[in-house]
Amino acid sequence: MVKTETSGGEVLGPPANLNRHRVDWRGWKFMWPFAVVFVFVFIVPILYAVYESFFQSRMVGGTVFAGLANYRRLFGDAQFWTSLRRVALFTVVQVPIMLALSALLALALDSLRLHGMKFFRVSTFMPYAVPAVVSALMWGFIYGAKYGMVASLNDWLGTSLDVLSPNTMLVAIGNIVTWEFTGYNMLIFYASLTTIPHSLYEAAAIDGAGEWQIVRRIKMPELRGSLAITVIFSIIGSFQLFNEPSVLQSMVPGNTITTYYTPNMYAYNLSFMGGQSNYAAAMAIVMAAITMVIAYAVQLRSMREQMR
Amino acid sequence: MSTSKTMAAATLTAAEQLELAEDADAGTPVLEGGAARRAERRHQRRVARDEAAERKRSARSGFSNPANPRRSWLLTLVTGLFVLYCLFPLVWLVINATKTQPDFVSTFGLGFGRSFALWDNLVTVFTYQDGIFGRWLLNTLLYVVVGAGGATLLAIMGGYALAKFRFPGRRLVFAVIIGAISVPGIALAVPQFLLFAKLGLTNTPWSMIIPSLISPFGLYLMWIFSDQAVPGELLEAARVDGASETRTFLTISLPLLAPGIVTTALFTIVATWNNYFLPLIMLKDSNWYPLTIGLNQWNKQANTVGGQAIQNLVVTGSLVTIIPLIVAFLALQKYWQSGLAAGAVKE
Repeated sequence: MVKTETSGGEVLGPPANLNRHRVDWRGWKFMWPFAVVFVFVFIVPILYAVYESFFQSRMVGGTVFAGLANYRRLFGDAQFWTSLRRVALFTVVQVPIMLALSALLALALDSLRLHGMKFFRVSTFMPYAVPAVVSALMWGFIYGAKYGMVASLNDWLGTSLDVLSPNTMLVAIGNIVTWEFTGYNMLIFYASLTTIPHSLYEAAAIDGAGEWQIVRRIKMPELRGSLAITVIFSIIGSFQLFNEPSVLQSMVPGNTITTYYTPNMYAYNLSFMGGQSNYAAAMAIVMAAITMVIAYAVQLRSMREQMR
Repeated sequence: MSTSKTMAAATLTAAEQLELAEDADAGTPVLEGGAARRAERRHQRRVARDEAAERKRSARSGFSNPANPRRSWLLTLVTGLFVLYCLFPLVWLVINATKTQPDFVSTFGLGFGRSFALWDNLVTVFTYQDGIFGRWLLNTLLYVVVGAGGATLLAIMGGYALAKFRFPGRRLVFAVIIGAISVPGIALAVPQFLLFAKLGLTNTPWSMIIPSLISPFGLYLMWIFSDQAVPGELLEAARVDGASETRTFLTISLPLLAPGIVTTALFTIVATWNNYFLPLIMLKDSNWYPLTIGLNQWNKQANTVGGQAIQNLVVTGSLVTIIPLIVAFLALQKYWQSGLAAGAVKE
């Protein structure tokens, strides 16, 4: 996306205003509403959270300045690290599967070899329009070992599968997230594939390139550009995993989904059930920092690949 | 070979004649847009027919056009499996919305129940607990109209400014917004709650609407759109003619941006309609709940001691929740598909 910035600058190289020395303030006429709300909704809350994270509320003495105590506590908090490890594992397994499926789907659509292409394009995107809560509810009912589809499966096969057991819970959630976002990512991939000029395929065909060579030498490199975007969005999405486990929590027996199942659930429970909003603020900041570092690291790597 | 070709040509002209007759049949069209749309659809049908004929020819001659290759049943089948996966939960939802609560827990998930209770369920959904579901629906609409509508408006203006003006601080705005896209929304929600609680805004519609007003992704889309769809020469011409910036924006740029606006609006609407975490932390009063929170609360009711299980209502309510968005996406697919494509050009 940094690349976009430079390309935008190039396209618009000569400014509309011929007098280069005069400062052109006209843009702010249109920019200020967004900027004002943005400051109020993004910048101020973050600064306020940073400020809050340096305090602690005590039984005696009320809220007192505590320096880095909240952050020190976070480093020693085993529950936080467990939840962080869980979303990291989730990210490492789920994101590649989902993106590989999306890319394959986009390539299949772009090959123009499908019957009823329009239907495929729309129907695979449909899950994106379904709210995460509804997706989690639907899949939760389907997973149900008492009267869901899994129960019917168990009846037929005489097995006793339980998708909602502690061991398979993360896989079950991964399936829901994959279901929700494969179509969305597919559309981003597909959109970038459609920008390849067809003359390139014709030239390749004349040079004797087969279908697979076209995919490998022309389409895959093109996909790499949009891969950076989808990877970053997916990483951000899985690190802030909340909706699906939170909804499923009431649908699974006992304590399968703990209050610290993901970092966000932990922060939520700390701040709204435990009344420890200062500690939760520190956690939110650390999580934002971790996510941004990873997102930027991935982005930089993929950018360097594109430079080659 | 040649006879079949002439025959194909003959049928084509016959079909065209039929269309011409249809055209005359339609007589005076009610709406000019309707006539244009019909003509467009006819054109598409003709193109599809020509392409099918070309594929048939190329199958015989062995030469294939890369822009119109032969269709593969195998690939269709494999991709079809994935489509089944995508559609299966939705089919499940539709089927189970027709079941009573006893049928829901006792009959096979993909089969219909002993009685067809869809209408009963719908009525109960809207009357249960004094019709609170209707209230949730109206709340959601309020948040979507004001929140997503406002977000779209801010994104249009901001994107236009970024694309068409060189103003001081433009680079900073850009860097900050790219950074903002990387900040997890949920990590932001906790700080937002702390601030809003301090200002006494929590538990009011404002706590849901104000954060929804900012859509960095929408701004990004509108920036790309303005860059591509509004030629700088046109703006210069308007300025030379003495039009103010506001007037230029309203009368020249806005109409050109229409497809981009639809795309941006659709995505901000989905983001607001589907938002769960923000209302969950901001709103305590069930009278201000949006649909997502309300549905989950109904679902939790089965777990509370002495709570009545109303899963049939949860399922039917879910169906009611997703239908408006699916209809919107289907009706406006031309816009969002081309809109996303424009976004990808830039990357």
